[in-house]
Amino acid sequence: MDSGFDFDVIRRSWGYLFREGMTFTVTLTLLAMSGGIIFGTLLAMMRLSAFKPLSWLAGAYVNLMRSVPLVLVIFWFFFLVPYIGAWILREPNPIKVGAWMSAVITFTMFEAAYYAEIMRAGIQSVARGQVWSGYALGLNYWQTMGKIVLPQAFRNMLPVLLTQTIILFQDTSLVYVISATDFLGAASKVANRDYRLVEMYTFVAVVYFVVSYGLSTLVKRLQNRIAIIR
Amino acid sequence: MGYNWHWGILLEKEPGGTGIYLQYLIVGLGWSLATALAAWVIALVIGSLVGTLRTTPMPWVVRLGNLYVEIFRNIPLIVQMFLWFFVMPELLPKELGDWIKQMPPPWSSYIPAVLCLGIYTSVRIAEQVRAGIQSLPRGQGMAGTAMGLTAAQTYRYVILPQAFRILLPPITSEFMNVIKNSSVALTIGLLELTGRARAMQEFSFHVFEAFAAATVIYLLTNMVVVLGMRMLEKKVRVPGLIAAAGAPLAGH
Amino acid sequence: MISIKNVSKWYGSFQVLADCSTEVAKGEVVVVCGPSGSGKSTIIKCVNALEPFQKGSITVEGISVGDPKTNLPKLRSRIGMVFQNFELFPHMTVTENLTLGQVKVLGRSSDEARQKGLKLLDRVGLLAHKDKYPGQLSGGQQQRVAIARALSMDPIAMLFDEPTSALDPEMINEVLDVMVELAKEGMTMMVVTHEMGFARKVAHRVIFMDAGRIVEDAKKEEFFGTPRSERAQLFLSKILHH
Repeated sequence: MDSGFDFDVIRRSWGYLFREGMTFTVTLTLLAMSGGIIFGTLLAMMRLSAFKPLSWLAGAYVNLMRSVPLVLVIFWFFFLVPYIGAWILREPNPIKVGAWMSAVITFTMFEAAYYAEIMRAGIQSVARGQVWSGYALGLNYWQTMGKIVLPQAFRNMLPVLLTQTIILFQDTSLVYVISATDFLGAASKVANRDYRLVEMYTFVAVVYFVVSYGLSTLVKRLQNRIAIIR
Repeated sequence: MGYNWHWGILLEKEPGGTGIYLQYLIVGLGWSLATALAAWVIALVIGSLVGTLRTTPMPWVVRLGNLYVEIFRNIPLIVQMFLWFFVMPELLPKELGDWIKQMPPPWSSYIPAVLCLGIYTSVRIAEQVRAGIQSLPRGQGMAGTAMGLTAAQTYRYVILPQAFRILLPPITSEFMNVIKNSSVALTIGLLELTGRARAMQEFSFHVFEAFAAATVIYLLTNMVVVLGMRMLEKKVRVPGLIAAAGAPLAGH
Repeated sequence: MISIKNVSKWYGSFQVLADCSTEVAKGEVVVVCGPSGSGKSTIIKCVNALEPFQKGSITVEGISVGDPKTNLPKLRSRIGMVFQNFELFPHMTVTENLTLGQVKVLGRSSDEARQKGLKLLDRVGLLAHKDKYPGQLSGGQQQRVAIARALSMDPIAMLFDEPTSALDPEMINEVLDVMVELAKEGMTMMVVTHEMGFARKVAHRVIFMDAGRIVEDAKKEEFFGTPRSERAQLFLSKILHH
């Protein structure tokens, strides 16, 4: 084994790392973000509803997801989704679901619990008077929610939602445990094939740092803009 | 559904010789807690220091603290874990690096895991400490200074005791986070609870019993931690002083 | 005792104090009034170095406040300050609030500090509340405790920054009564306030500030009788009618 570090390995595997690995990571993040926010908003509305069973169910789901490690949830869905798929499709045996599909479902379902708490605070931050004036105009519940409350809730919580997405972006690296080829997974494969662990893992750390720090700086700037408008 | 449930598997002996599977998992919980506690102590010490320093009026100290926080906040935990486990021994002087590399398991996994988790969590604690101190009315610090207390005395007797009560809820929920995050250490070979559930699944093929048991154990641990926190809060409560509860911050 | 000479202060490019000069002799009670933003709170915070100033000098009993060699904690321990928002330490009982400074700054034994604190607490009429926490007291009670806390350090002078502005009207008098007593006993006091009744009663001099300047600095009788500046007249006419 040579005593020196060979950072050229990064240049040689650049295409693979970004075309395969980073694409996986970014796509997973965007899909889980969209699905997570939609499902999370639904959960938040359930939690705030006056119908006790609904509120309890949503609360139980959110608390469950927040009490258990993400790694465990990844394993759960990895093994569970084939069975559920079989049940839905009336197949006798568990259907084959790859790491990608499993990851998308896992992260959507998991992050929804966190987005739910953010949206719940967002909905509650909209003054009650807004809801009353919606009803006073004759709007029903869904119209009031959709046209008056949720748009304001979103705007209020936008920075927090974006910050949560940056955290989601970092969390996707955990798909390593189901051997998925995200950015970390791809780098790991190269590292082990060429025996260049130091170079590859340092590179991964640097890339994640640059992207996360860059995004969070943008979010901070957005926050300042919003604060001025207020 | 095509899956044969067999809860009795938990009472059967696991091949490694630790006893029944249930015991095997509980030992895993022990490792999770051992990692979490050690990391949490490191996190509290470093995090309180960095967080407090970031509220001082000395600009270069604040900038150093910010740099520390930004570095360890923007790299995913698993990547930091790999850095500590694979990269750190290579960057140290040869003798030190070799000594680390030949540490026997489980210490070869435990020590990097504790260091990694400790520093990762210290960043979150630093943020909370800073926010807690800055949420105090400015007048409190002024009242202390006006009396003739030095800056250190003002922090010690006026600011930090109040900040502590404000910070109690977020810091205890951080402890629960550390316990959950300890699961990431399975990637460097630490046999904590989640890692053992996975191992149990591989040996016994009873997937859902294994993971269900692990889930229940995590939930019970969560309950104990939350209860403990409530008791602690009650003990240090000051009549008439209500610590403000804020909107949820992002993250887990 | 307190000597303010040509003091000017800027926050960035904004000037908050412009060439302010005045003296407070031992035993004098000086009231500082003026519209908001006039710099009146700022100037008394300069006297005990809670706020820095860029030009001029302030001395207290001959000790220069702006001198970097001055031992500030020691200086501050000799000047008592009472804040608009009381600023009692909410995590400590009333007694602990009274003894903290004495023990940690003046080095008194905790028995001595306790005795002194309770004596002063009695003087402001609140001995029964010695083991309560500030959160359990009303605003007026808290401010009286704050005055006792400042007095427990045996100060040579007391600074008051709008001590009654945060109080409900019915509690203002209980605090002003304590301050009147203090003035009658000969304490050197600088009081920023809108309470002109108090000024009329016990002040020796009244200073009127506007936009960072001392516009008028006169004996009480002169000030209320025939103030020289138009600005002061306008201000007085506005506040004396409530």
